[in-house]
Amino acid sequence: MFVLLFVLRNAFRHKLRTTLTVVGIVVAIVAFGVLRTIVDAWYAGANASSSARLVTRNSVSLTFSLPLTYAQKLRQVSGVTGVAWANWFGGVYIKESNFFPQFAISAQTYLDMYPEFVLSPEEHRAFMADRTGAIAGRKLAEKYGWKVGDQIPLRGTIYPGTWTFNLRGIYDGAESGTDTSTFFFHFDYLNEKVKQMYPRRGDQVGVFVEQLRDPDEAAAVSQAIDATFKNSLAETLTETEKAFQLGFVAMSEAILVAIQAVSFIVIVIIMAVMANTMAMTARERYGEYATLKALGFGAGFVAFLIFAESLGIAMLGAGVGIALTFPVAQGFADAVGAILSGLAISRETMLMQVGAGLLVGVIAAIVPAWRAARIRIVDGLRTIG
Amino acid sequence: MAVAVEDTGREPLVAIRGLAKYYIRGDQVIPVLEHINLDVYEADYVALMGPSGSGKSTLLNLIAGIDKPSAGEIRVAGVDIAQLSEADLAAWRAANVGFIFQFYNLIPVLTAFQNIELPLQLTALTRAERRERVEVALQLVALTDRATHRPNELSGGQQQRVAIARALITDPAIIVADEPTGDLDRTTAEEILSLLERLNGELGKTIIMVTHDPKAAEKAHRLIHLEKGVLVD
Repeated sequence: MFVLLFVLRNAFRHKLRTTLTVVGIVVAIVAFGVLRTIVDAWYAGANASSSARLVTRNSVSLTFSLPLTYAQKLRQVSGVTGVAWANWFGGVYIKESNFFPQFAISAQTYLDMYPEFVLSPEEHRAFMADRTGAIAGRKLAEKYGWKVGDQIPLRGTIYPGTWTFNLRGIYDGAESGTDTSTFFFHFDYLNEKVKQMYPRRGDQVGVFVEQLRDPDEAAAVSQAIDATFKNSLAETLTETEKAFQLGFVAMSEAILVAIQAVSFIVIVIIMAVMANTMAMTARERYGEYATLKALGFGAGFVAFLIFAESLGIAMLGAGVGIALTFPVAQGFADAVGAILSGLAISRETMLMQVGAGLLVGVIAAIVPAWRAARIRIVDGLRTIG
Repeated sequence: MAVAVEDTGREPLVAIRGLAKYYIRGDQVIPVLEHINLDVYEADYVALMGPSGSGKSTLLNLIAGIDKPSAGEIRVAGVDIAQLSEADLAAWRAANVGFIFQFYNLIPVLTAFQNIELPLQLTALTRAERRERVEVALQLVALTDRATHRPNELSGGQQQRVAIARALITDPAIIVADEPTGDLDRTTAEEILSLLERLNGELGKTIIMVTHDPKAAEKAHRLIHLEKGVLVD
């Protein structure tokens, strides 16, 4: 009790200095947490992907399409129990900055294959019954204030013109990591209109998604699919859904590495600031440490006081920082919209924040504690007066 | 040479023989104390005097066990403290020495009560026992009404009285005082010296005091002069 009181009073002896140090740690811990969360969000799609699904695209590039007729052949590949398809739409809702992913899907097969998108039976039926119907994720609907029954106009960029959809349902995620910021509508509607406007662009699909009978057969089935379309006009590249998602992540790998590096550099910087604070603090108190030692307190006790104070300040900053990471990350998510769909602070990130706080507290105290513990009493006493 | 050893037939509380202290700076050996032989008896009140740099504070530090001699022996109540390890010496100081410093050396974040209680944190006393002892010490130095005040809320004389109470609290064998009135005005200095006299006279405390002040030295039973690191008559 006495030691705790002593440490607390020491920690707040210079209120401005301690407050500024705590604020610095808070900023660093928040920055660390938000940056780590951004990196996590980048991988969220890949992490949430199923190992029981394959994605087939044009082997040349994702920007090249595949004939819709491939669907029939895909269903015949051994190990495939279902086939769905999707096209990236790339429309603009009101203004360019309102970005969110939009896909034209083979509605029934696609939703069967993605049970993580949870839709009420009534909304499911309504969507299926309306060729111009659409469904949106809960997060997306809440962001734009959409309600079931609303008409959602999208200005096409890949498919010119204004496309108006009837919102027939709002889906939720089966798990916390499920993306609920995507907009889906019927491929048939898109295909029908495209065929009217640009007959040569009709019956073309962006990607096929195959449901596997056994996830362990993923490699064999992928090879079988690609072999099926070997030497055709549109050769395919089939990979697991996770690999497909990671392919997107890989495009921004350098940025992610830089973000991760910055998140650690922030901690190193605050460590230096904290070490400077503790060094100043200990230097000012050499006389007091010498007095304590003269009274019979050991070098270990003096070192303990410095470590406890340093850890106290660091963990106070870390605690406040962790608490503030949630609203800051939410604010960031709101600002960037659907670009980063899964901006949720993970348990690992919080543990790393706690670890960073501990590390800052311990490392900042090592040199001052070592010096204070070793100071000769007579030398320390000379610093008073 | 051995000017402060008398054959009294009594066992000295502090017995110093052949004590030397020197510092080494590069190739130079700088002597601070040489050939010191000194006995201090229980309930003695000794004043160490001498010009600046004569080594009196160094001698006091050696007796108090906060510095180590280069040669010689310092026995306090039969224990050769020069031979103790750092940890043993710290424990020995906690049990046997009370310190009074020129600038009081109180811990600024602790109240007068807590400063006095500080040495008792190293003992096995219960909280209630510690409180009882501190209250007695506060009464002795007439600061009961200032128990909850921090050092910066006390005058110099009051701070020194808190330091005296802290020095007494563990009932040590000896009290060492380094210029205890050096930072005080004459009136306050008199109060502090009277208090030290009472500790010596009424409680039988052994006091070894370094001072420049002849009036402070007058209060002591014995006056020991140091000059250029040696004891002089």
